[in-house]
Amino acid sequence: MSAIATTRPLGLGRTLSDIAVIARRDLIRTLRLPDVLVTSSVMPVIFILMFTYVFGGAIQTTLPPAAQGRYVNWLIPGLLAQFALFGSQGAAFRMAEDLAKGVIDRFRSLPMARSALPAGRTLADLAGTTRTMVLLLAVGLAIGFRWQTSPIGLLAGVAIALGFGYAWSWAMAALGLVVRTPEAVQAAAFMGAFPLAFTSSVFVPTQTMPGWLQAFAANQPVTVTTNALRGLILGQGALPPGQTVTGQVLLALVWSAAITAVFAPLAVRLYRHTVS
Amino acid sequence: MHDAIIEAEGLVKSFGSIRALDGLTLTVQRGSIHALLGPNGAGKTTLIRILTTLLPPDTGTARVAGVDVRTDPAGVRAQIGLAGQSAAVDDYLTGRENVEMVGRLYGLSLRQARRRAADVLERIYLVDAADRQVKTYSGGMRRRLDLAASLVGRPQVLFLDEPTAGLDPASRHDLWQLIRDLVQTGTTVLLTTQYLEEADRLADRIAVIDHGRLVSEGTAPQLKDRVGGAVVELRVAAADRGRTLQALRDDGQQDPTVDEHGGSVVLPAPDGARTLTVALRRLEAAGITPQDAALRKPTLDEVFLALTGHHATPTGNGNGPARHLEATR
Repeated sequence: MSAIATTRPLGLGRTLSDIAVIARRDLIRTLRLPDVLVTSSVMPVIFILMFTYVFGGAIQTTLPPAAQGRYVNWLIPGLLAQFALFGSQGAAFRMAEDLAKGVIDRFRSLPMARSALPAGRTLADLAGTTRTMVLLLAVGLAIGFRWQTSPIGLLAGVAIALGFGYAWSWAMAALGLVVRTPEAVQAAAFMGAFPLAFTSSVFVPTQTMPGWLQAFAANQPVTVTTNALRGLILGQGALPPGQTVTGQVLLALVWSAAITAVFAPLAVRLYRHTVS
Repeated sequence: MHDAIIEAEGLVKSFGSIRALDGLTLTVQRGSIHALLGPNGAGKTTLIRILTTLLPPDTGTARVAGVDVRTDPAGVRAQIGLAGQSAAVDDYLTGRENVEMVGRLYGLSLRQARRRAADVLERIYLVDAADRQVKTYSGGMRRRLDLAASLVGRPQVLFLDEPTAGLDPASRHDLWQLIRDLVQTGTTVLLTTQYLEEADRLADRIAVIDHGRLVSEGTAPQLKDRVGGAVVELRVAAADRGRTLQALRDDGQQDPTVDEHGGSVVLPAPDGARTLTVALRRLEAAGITPQDAALRKPTLDEVFLALTGHHATPTGNGNGPARHLEATR
C-alpha cells in the first residue's frame, strides 16, 4: 500500500523514464497550442524572405564563389545555426513559468530524478528546433536554395546545428531559473541571442566588419557553427581563407560540448536549490 | 510519542537578516489533521518547505515518516505529497494526464499510474472533467486536481500550503470534506492556513506560529481553555466604548479589548460568571448601560490575540500589512 512498496528504485532507468515523462509534457503543450506553433513558424520564414529578397542583392557581391552567386545558398546554413540558438529560448521561458506557477516546488518534492526537469525540457526543445530546421530547409528549397555537397553533408550540418541548439537550451534553462519572471526572461534571452546572431557570419562574411568587431565575430560560437555548416553544405570554398571543413566541424562540436559542460550542471544545480 | 510522524526540533532558517524560523519545535501524530495557524510571514511556508525537502534548515533537525530531511531527502520525498499555494497543474494537459504524470514521477509504472490516477480522480469528484484540458477548470477544480496529484503516490504525509486560499465558501467546504476523508484512509495532513475558521473546523490539532516560533499547540478547545476558558462580551453604544474600557481597567485585574470587528468590548473571564457580575457592577457605577452582555467561549481570534499579543485580523494592533490575516466570522 505504501508508496515505497510499489515504486521502482532511482537509477539510470528511472532517470531516463522521468526525462521522457517531462519531455512528453512539454511536447504535448506545444502541440496543443496551435497558435504558438504558427507564430513560432513565422519568424524563420520572415528571416529567409527578408534577407534573401531585401538584403540579398547587395550582400551577394561579397560572397565567395561557393555560394554560386545565390544569397539564399549562403543564408540557409547561417539561419540553421541562428534558429538553433533562437529555438533554445523556450527553455528559459518555460522554466520561469514553472517557477511562477509553483510547479517546480511540486517536482522538487517528488521522488524523481533531480536532472529530469531540465533534461526533459531541453530534449523537448530539441524536437521544436528540429521542426524549425525542416521548415527553414523547405522554404529555402522552394526559393532556390541548393546544397553544393551532398545530402549527407546537409544532414551532418543539421545535426551540428541541433547539437548547438541543445547546448544553448541548457544555458537558457539556467537563465530562466535565475531571472525567474517569464516576461523578463524572454527579454533577457532575446537581448543575449539577437546580438550574438547578428555579430556572426550568419548574414554577411565577417571580413566585411571593422577590425575590433571582426576579432570577436570570427571566433564566437554562432560564427564557428555557421562556418561548419557552410563547409558541410556548400563545401570548402564557402569558408574564410585558412579554415578547413574538418577544423570548423571539430571547433563547432567543441563549442557545443563546452556550453553544455558549463550550463548543464549549472542548470541542474540551480534547479535543485530553487523554490517558487 | 512513538506514533509521531513529523518530528521537528529547533528548526532555524534565515533569509538574509530575516529569521523565518526561530527555533521551531513541532510534533505531529500519525493520522491526524494538523493546522499551522499564523499570519503572513510567521514562517508557516518555510516550515512546509523544510519538511518537504525544498529547503535545508540552517540548524535543527526534522524527521518525516521516520526519515531525516537532511540526511535522506530522497527517502522523505518517497513518503510525502505536497500541494503548494498555487495549483501546480498544467493548463494544457487534461486532468487525467496531470495526475498520471505525477504518478509516473513517483516511480509508478504506466499501468499503475493509470489505475491510481483513475482511482484518485474518482475520490476527488473529477471523473467527468478528467479528460478535459485544465484550462477549462474553475479555481476550485484546479485545487482539487492539485490535491489529486499530491495523492497519487499514496503519501503517508500530505502537506497542504493554504489549500483553500482564494476559494469561494462552497468550494472551501468541499475541499475540507475531501481533506477529512483523506484522514480516514490513514494519511496524515499538515496544512497551513490564515483562516481561523479553517483551523477551528478542520484540524484535530492547531499549532499557532508567530515570528518563526511555536506559540501554542493543542486542540481548538484546549487553546481556547488555555487563555482563560471564557470571555465576557459587552455590547455598548459607540459613545460609551472609551468610558467602558476605562471603567473596566480601573479594576486593575482585567485586560479589556475592543473585538476585531469593533463592535464589542471583550475581556477574559477567568472566574466565569463572577467576572461578568463584577464587570456589570463596574459599568453600573460608571453610569453605563450595556446593550447586551454575555459570557461565552473565546473565538480563535481572541485566542490568537492572547497568545501573540496582536489580532489575527488586519484591524488589529497596527502590525502592518505583512501581518494581514483574513477575518473570519
